[in-house]
Amino acid sequence: MSIDDKNVILEIDGLQTYFYSSEGVAKAVDGASFSLSKGKVLGVVGESGCGKSVTAQSVMRLVPSPPGKIVGGRIMFDGKDLTKLSMAEMRHVRGDRISMIFQEPMTSLNPVFTIGDQLSEMFMLHRGMSRKDALDASVEMLARVQIPAPRARAREYPHQLSGGMRQRAMIAMALSCEPEILIADEPTTALDVTVQAQILDLIIKLKEDFGTAVEMITHDLGVIAETADSVVVMYAGRVVEQADTVELFENTLHPYTRGLLDSTPILGRRTAGKFEKLNEIKGMVPSLYSLPKGCKFQERCPKAMPICSEREPQLTEINDSHAVRCWLHIPH
Amino acid sequence: MGPRERPQFTTMASYILRRVLQGLLVLLAVSFVCFCLFRYTGDPVLMLAGKYATQEEREMVRHAYGLDQPTHIQYIKFLGGALKGEFGKSYVSQVDALDTILERFPATFELALVAILISFAVGVGMGIVVSIWPKGCVSRILMSGSLLGISIPTFLTGILLVMLCSVYLEILPAFGRGDTVQLGPWRTGLLTLDGLKHIILPALTLSSYQLAVMMRLTRAGMREVMGEEYIKTAWAKGLSPAKVILKHALRNVLIPVVTIAGLSFGELIAFSIVTETIFQWPGMGNLLLTSIFETDQPIIVTYIMLTSCIILFINILVDLLYAVLNPKIRYN
Ligand SMILES: Nc1ncnc2c1ncn2[C@@H]1O[C@H](COP(=O)(O)OP(=O)(O)OP(=O)(O)O)[C@@H](O)[C@H]1O
Ligand code: SF4
Ligand SMILES: [Mg+2]
Repeated sequence: MSIDDKNVILEIDGLQTYFYSSEGVAKAVDGASFSLSKGKVLGVVGESGCGKSVTAQSVMRLVPSPPGKIVGGRIMFDGKDLTKLSMAEMRHVRGDRISMIFQEPMTSLNPVFTIGDQLSEMFMLHRGMSRKDALDASVEMLARVQIPAPRARAREYPHQLSGGMRQRAMIAMALSCEPEILIADEPTTALDVTVQAQILDLIIKLKEDFGTAVEMITHDLGVIAETADSVVVMYAGRVVEQADTVELFENTLHPYTRGLLDSTPILGRRTAGKFEKLNEIKGMVPSLYSLPKGCKFQERCPKAMPICSEREPQLTEINDSHAVRCWLHIPH
Repeated sequence: MGPRERPQFTTMASYILRRVLQGLLVLLAVSFVCFCLFRYTGDPVLMLAGKYATQEEREMVRHAYGLDQPTHIQYIKFLGGALKGEFGKSYVSQVDALDTILERFPATFELALVAILISFAVGVGMGIVVSIWPKGCVSRILMSGSLLGISIPTFLTGILLVMLCSVYLEILPAFGRGDTVQLGPWRTGLLTLDGLKHIILPALTLSSYQLAVMMRLTRAGMREVMGEEYIKTAWAKGLSPAKVILKHALRNVLIPVVTIAGLSFGELIAFSIVTETIFQWPGMGNLLLTSIFETDQPIIVTYIMLTSCIILFINILVDLLYAVLNPKIRYN
């Protein structure tokens, strides 16, 4: 996990992405730091609104602006700080070297172009292929994501495909230029349970084939358990716990992560060791406009102490593969 | 007029058939109104026999034209004539009414065509500019301008244009159609420089309202579409702003805009009366106005029937076009 590890391909360091509105400043991401290793899957988990998507959008430099803006931190990729690149330089990174797939397969493909057109565009743009070669390459790619009758499918429009097929097409498109990094933002949330597993398997298989590093964004610890090598837990725009997947499940340190586990069916029971009622984390996600001083989780934390409302704990390494942001585990 | 809800239909053919049947019903209603107009506004006998005819002469005319028969027989006869395109002769010129109007049709058609092309091309172009740089100086001017375009009455636009371009700058002619060329049955003004010069001012006048509408429609459409998931996907692919906006967004925006443009083409043909009068344009609208002054019912009735047919025909054509543009309709 150390920063100078030569397997690190993307390193986010103290990222701050804020949204400015008439209500004030929403610090959607405020000092998040984590890194992706070559060919590994990093799970990013947290409740809705904790800044998972905004972090990913920051990496792609796709934060809607206005109102959003990256105001601090670095995103190091291939020796360059992505936050400093021009839009023209960024276009060579997007799609070609870092790709993204989104949550909604129903709406993330353009309804008025065929699947083949939309895939071909990638090959024509980043590989300089002719229209015909690009179409052939697209069909090949559709076959790789196990879409039956790929040549016929390439001529069809998105609405003619099922949700699962569309997400496969999205994956094909994202991986068409063999990117070094794939950011998958809740790729299975909108799909049927049976299809979910197939899509996850597919992503993992292709990741092996292409040697792609994957940032798997989800609010489902089950997805993490199945796919991720290591995990980042986010809360209120910060990383509150980071560990290898097995370590995180076996040695959960942060009360928030504990809460997430206890509110996850099956996993919660397994890790708790006995059958317990599923416990939702009490309270609500705090408003980004009025975060408390000190630990941002204090209002919902069952173990809060006086110091928690005075000073904010820093993300601190407990051992080689585990870091946590909680006064319970930091000497003070 | 907003984009309309399109009914779902099983096959294109049955849908078109239904629209044609609906159209025929509408035409039947129109024909009834026309018949009443023909029969009960002003005394046709008086018009036919002349003011100074004796009582016997009038009775002869009444009998000769079947005006002494029961109303429903007269209506059926009227319908039969209409089906064959026989609406009688103009009271004034004693020339066949349909021929008189058809001779004027090319002038009106060309005027409406150029007007709709101007309003579509310029309106969509301005709409894009306004949606991309909403805060820019140019956009503010265009948006205020579009309000003027919508609210200023046509005759005022026409007079202002004539004053500016013909009287003050002396660059464009203000009256008539200029040189024309006979192409078979069609007399066109679009193939001579003089004809083109003559059509600019009336076409601009006729298009001003639609232009403003197109611009505002495009802007509204762009705003909506630019927030769609598939536009995020397009950016994430690394496409240039030109590709994202002019290909991925615009194609979706244009579906309703083209529909509206097509529908308003029929309206422009029907409502070019004011413009034609201002510019002494030798079209159907001009003829209609003269005929109203002269109570030349056969011409009025023929005009109404013909424009109704044209508008219905165009509406069906636009439905087809909409289906061609929108893949969802094409396959459902
Ligand atoms: N376009 C935007 N305008 C204003 N605020 C935004 C915008 N996008 C995100 N935010 C803010 O950033 C916060 C984090 O959003 P983000 O989409 O990253 O959450 P998330 O962790 O991905 O949640 P989810 O699981 O619901 O996708 C949101 O609570 C919201 O306040
Ligand atoms: S720092 Fe305090 S409030 Fe925050 S999670 Fe730890 S114990 Fe709970
Ligand atoms: Mg999200």
